[in-house]
Amino acid sequence: MADASSLGFWVVPIAVLGGAVRVSTPFLFVSLGECLTERSGRINLGLEGTLVMSAMVGYGVSYVSGSPWLGVLAAALTGAVLGAVHAVICGLPKVNDIAVGIALMLFGIGLAFFLGKPLIAPKANILPAIDFGWWTTIPQLHDALKINVLFLLGVVLAPVLVWALRSTRWGLVLRTAGESADAARAMGYSVNRIRLRATMTGGFLAGIGGSFLSLYYPGNWNEGLSSGQGITAVALVIFARWNPMLCFWASLLFGGAAALGPALQSVQITWGYHLFGAAPYILTLAIMIVTCSPKRTLVGAPAELSITK
Amino acid sequence: MVEVTQLARPPVAPDKTFGLEAISMTKRFGDFAALDDVSIRVAPGTIHALLGENGAGKSTLVKCIMGYYAPTGGQVIVGTAERTIDNPRDAHALGLGMVYQHFTLVPAMTVTENLVLARDTLPPVFDWAKERAALNEFLDRMPFRVPLDAKVSAISAGERQKCEILKQLYLQRKFLILDEPTSVLTPQEADEVLGMLRGMVVAGELTILMITHKFREVLAFADEVSILRRGRLAGKGRVKELTPDAMARAMIGAEELAQAPARAGAFGAARLDIQGLTALDDAGQVAVNNVTLAVRAGEIVGIAGVSGNGQRQLVEVLAGQRDSEAGAVAIAGQAYRARREEMRLRKFSLLPEEPLRNACVARMSVAENLVFRKFDEAPFAGAGFWLNRGQFRDEATRKIARYGIKTRSADTKIGELSGGNVQRAVLARELSEGVEVLIAADPCFGLDFAAVAQIRAEIMDARNKGAAVLLVSSDLDEILELADRIVVMFHGALVYEAPAAQADLTAIGRHMAGH
Repeated sequence: MADASSLGFWVVPIAVLGGAVRVSTPFLFVSLGECLTERSGRINLGLEGTLVMSAMVGYGVSYVSGSPWLGVLAAALTGAVLGAVHAVICGLPKVNDIAVGIALMLFGIGLAFFLGKPLIAPKANILPAIDFGWWTTIPQLHDALKINVLFLLGVVLAPVLVWALRSTRWGLVLRTAGESADAARAMGYSVNRIRLRATMTGGFLAGIGGSFLSLYYPGNWNEGLSSGQGITAVALVIFARWNPMLCFWASLLFGGAAALGPALQSVQITWGYHLFGAAPYILTLAIMIVTCSPKRTLVGAPAELSITK
Repeated sequence: MVEVTQLARPPVAPDKTFGLEAISMTKRFGDFAALDDVSIRVAPGTIHALLGENGAGKSTLVKCIMGYYAPTGGQVIVGTAERTIDNPRDAHALGLGMVYQHFTLVPAMTVTENLVLARDTLPPVFDWAKERAALNEFLDRMPFRVPLDAKVSAISAGERQKCEILKQLYLQRKFLILDEPTSVLTPQEADEVLGMLRGMVVAGELTILMITHKFREVLAFADEVSILRRGRLAGKGRVKELTPDAMARAMIGAEELAQAPARAGAFGAARLDIQGLTALDDAGQVAVNNVTLAVRAGEIVGIAGVSGNGQRQLVEVLAGQRDSEAGAVAIAGQAYRARREEMRLRKFSLLPEEPLRNACVARMSVAENLVFRKFDEAPFAGAGFWLNRGQFRDEATRKIARYGIKTRSADTKIGELSGGNVQRAVLARELSEGVEVLIAADPCFGLDFAAVAQIRAEIMDARNKGAAVLLVSSDLDEILELADRIVVMFHGALVYEAPAAQADLTAIGRHMAGH
């Protein structure tokens, strides 16, 4: 058996891989949720607030009840409620969904900080991981292969959403609302109700992402818990061209980029730690610059989206 | 008189076609009567044409019938029974279907998805293989086919219109209302679609009420016609007993129309010279493909084509709204890059499509919109930056009178004007000073007879005064009337060219469809 020191530079890709799986989970849930919301024709920029708020609620419920799973459920429901608030306000005439989203983002973060003060010190029960690395004695690899159930749920959820959008009534109607509100109305559907459901579902999923932050990785509650994952995930949906499966791969890519700094630190490359910490954001910018053009509209963008209209 | 029975709830859709009667339909919006005591009767198994200018009340009438509007007064008799139609669902339940002028298909979805989506009840989970098989079987019974797996955004306008009609037939509608069904089709496609519908009508499977403004189609396909003018019934009768002249008179009434000046003068040297121009559309696809075209002074070159074949992008490049990928444009031998200075120097004028969007700032006043080309020059500006509002207003007052722009004042926002008056204002700005190059794109789209006549007369006048005119139009009649030379644009390329005098309608139509 090889020992840790003989791994040499291989430590970095292994750590990046493990980090990608860990860090990507909140990206994955927020982007899948946002993907649904945007496919229905509305943008919810408030998901950063949803993420932080539901992380706090999840942590609190786990601490009080002792069950982290109850915490996940509470976090998801918190997300759905915030989604409903967004959808109801945006359903009023002449309301801009982007402005409402920014307001809700600030509201969610502020409320979470206010209500979460007492939760910074106590230790809540956190989510277990499944040990896929039992066969190896290399500690780094073993570490990287401890995978949380929520990640696996996300892995299953992405293709399920692709299928649901294509082959269920719910998916077809949701897409119609996102592509042509007129057509949906002409068919007798209430576009507002479709978007309410889509935004609530999106908030529900983002809430699960939030619970992952406080109940698994990093696994505590403090005010610096989210470093903009919620907002990055919204950009990620654009990068993923509103396709749930691409959201999955994009989340992994961003997770890997975020894990780069810590991974390099583990092999004693300490210079530029904060620079590597900025890798996901640099990646976001680079991708946006490469894939967007003023001369072209985005392929796959739902036609009713207020940014593409 | 028909025997009338009142039913509380409509029964299930009938399996046979039926007639329809609207009696004394009236619809008021505030003080304005959009529809004033209009009665029409559509006999079962016929095609009934509804003629009239824009704003004559045709759409209002059919929307009242379909339940989109609640009429102020009047009744609808479907078959033999009077019906209350409160919303389109009621109309659908009675077997009435409507095909709109603008498409109601969802462009990002496939034809199959669109057809399935239209059904009243959808299963929770779709078995697409089964749905496709059922649709194929349905299409086998239909007179025309559409590509089921293609996205709607990828099929031609003609195919989209067929989809819209197929959707209605798929839903077992027995009475169709068609709103300008051929406005985006080539003449051949129009004949094909209407011919097939005619076949179904003759076979007694369908009854059709068709809104149109094309006499040719009325004469060829309709049995009876009703003509509306300013919300009132201005004429009706059997098509066989009417002449186009009689129908046109009923449509226009006593209104005086501007007379287009006769074609005069000889062609000069090439003025506008487009060489190998290539441009992309918003999706990054080639929209204008290596177009080379020269327009001489004193000549109108008409670009015919089904809209969506790159005409818009071509005009946008010439207007400076879009960058070209390759090629060059020259005016009078000098390179032209659509800069403001060049337009001023070369006396370049532009009547773009959708003038309110492309040539005006809707929220600025008529006066401000009228001086866009020269607001920063004397006498409108002092020292290059100080604007002289008084001069704006004087200039506007002159042009409003000269071009008959109907506006409350020069300070009214231009977005509040009617379409015809917006186009008159653009015309006043673009054509009142000497013009050497004029680009006009669908300049008469959606306008009434008076505005159309005035605009065409102005274009002809500019030509006679020696301007090189490039007329891009989806209305073939307009091109045949105005152009000296006709070219056809298909998939971004110019595929046919002929002097107007020798133009062959069949050949033009064939090239418009890409054959």
